[in-house]
Amino acid sequence: MTKFQLITKGLVKDNPTFVLLLGMCPTLATTTSAVNGLSMGLATLFVLVLSNMVISAIAPAVPDKVHIPVYIVVIATFVTVLQFVMQAYTPDVYATLGLFIPLIVVNCIVLGRAEAFASKNGIIDSALDGIGVGLGFTLSLTVIGLVREILGSGSAFGFKFISGDGILAFVMAPGAFLVLGYLMVLFNKIAKKD
Amino acid sequence: MAAASNLKNMALCLFGTCLVCSAVLAGVYALTAAPIAETNAALLKASIAKVLPEGGEISEAKALEVGGMPSEYYECVKDGETVAFAVKSTTVGFGGPLTVMVGLLPGGVVYNTSVLAHTETPGLGAKCTTDEHFYGQFRNYDAVNGKLTVKKDGGDLDAITASTITSRAYSLAVKNAVEALAGVPMPISE
Repeated sequence: MTKFQLITKGLVKDNPTFVLLLGMCPTLATTTSAVNGLSMGLATLFVLVLSNMVISAIAPAVPDKVHIPVYIVVIATFVTVLQFVMQAYTPDVYATLGLFIPLIVVNCIVLGRAEAFASKNGIIDSALDGIGVGLGFTLSLTVIGLVREILGSGSAFGFKFISGDGILAFVMAPGAFLVLGYLMVLFNKIAKKD
Repeated sequence: MAAASNLKNMALCLFGTCLVCSAVLAGVYALTAAPIAETNAALLKASIAKVLPEGGEISEAKALEVGGMPSEYYECVKDGETVAFAVKSTTVGFGGPLTVMVGLLPGGVVYNTSVLAHTETPGLGAKCTTDEHFYGQFRNYDAVNGKLTVKKDGGDLDAITASTITSRAYSLAVKNAVEALAGVPMPISE
């Protein structure tokens, strides 16, 4: 697999949201608007790339029986660092996503990539894999958020183009499931054509 | 190949990982503690300034019980006279605590309100910070003669669409602030 493929596979073939169906909890909860989805995706990307790199570096020294607790501690450390930094420098984003940032620790995409890829591959490949999967997650969340924002609030990236409210159901939980379901069908129809 | 899973290796590995991670966290905390405190102080100051008339001197925080919970308030002093108060009031919204800074003029008129912290649903209850039609209702609201609750409960206020619980919590926070301040002895102006 070339370096380029490492990045692109996370976008299409192994897209974490639409193909692997991982990390559904933050996907459904934070995609109420395009900006929220984008921020959540980028936060996860940050943790994913760094934890992948560290885990691929320490994996040979970690005994099998304790590898999950060790990986989780590493991931939790990066999440907490991210939380401190966001609190200090981007209080607005932190105010919107605050609740879901600590939950990145238990996002199965992060531990999943650590287990399935980083623990068996080199540091650079693991970083690229993290970037690819992270970008796939970010893009999916942004698209879901955009669709829900357009239908639910009548705006896109915070820019309002109709007055008043949209179809409120799309901002709430049922809308999240509906949009996710239809986008999944669409994505798989296009991606599996070739 | 992974190291052998014997007790010594496992204990060492876990101990080492935790040690390094705690050290990293302690370092980052030390670096960000000051900016976080600054950011929070700036947010608090901005929200106090937002709910009070311009040009006053804002006092230190003073303890006050609001809605049965320990909280605080600030006095706005202009030319030696207290012209307004800012009361921090917390109630329970849809997603958790909702903290509102309420600016009050002597005589029970709400000057302005501003949300300090909330965990309401983005796109729904979180609109209490952006929906001007909603929070604008509290501006210059006469809390003594008005009914500080949503229309659904027989009050004066329009709730945010599909977020009645948040709207109720917000109104209650303002109401609690008004009631709490009514118990504070007013400085007599000459």
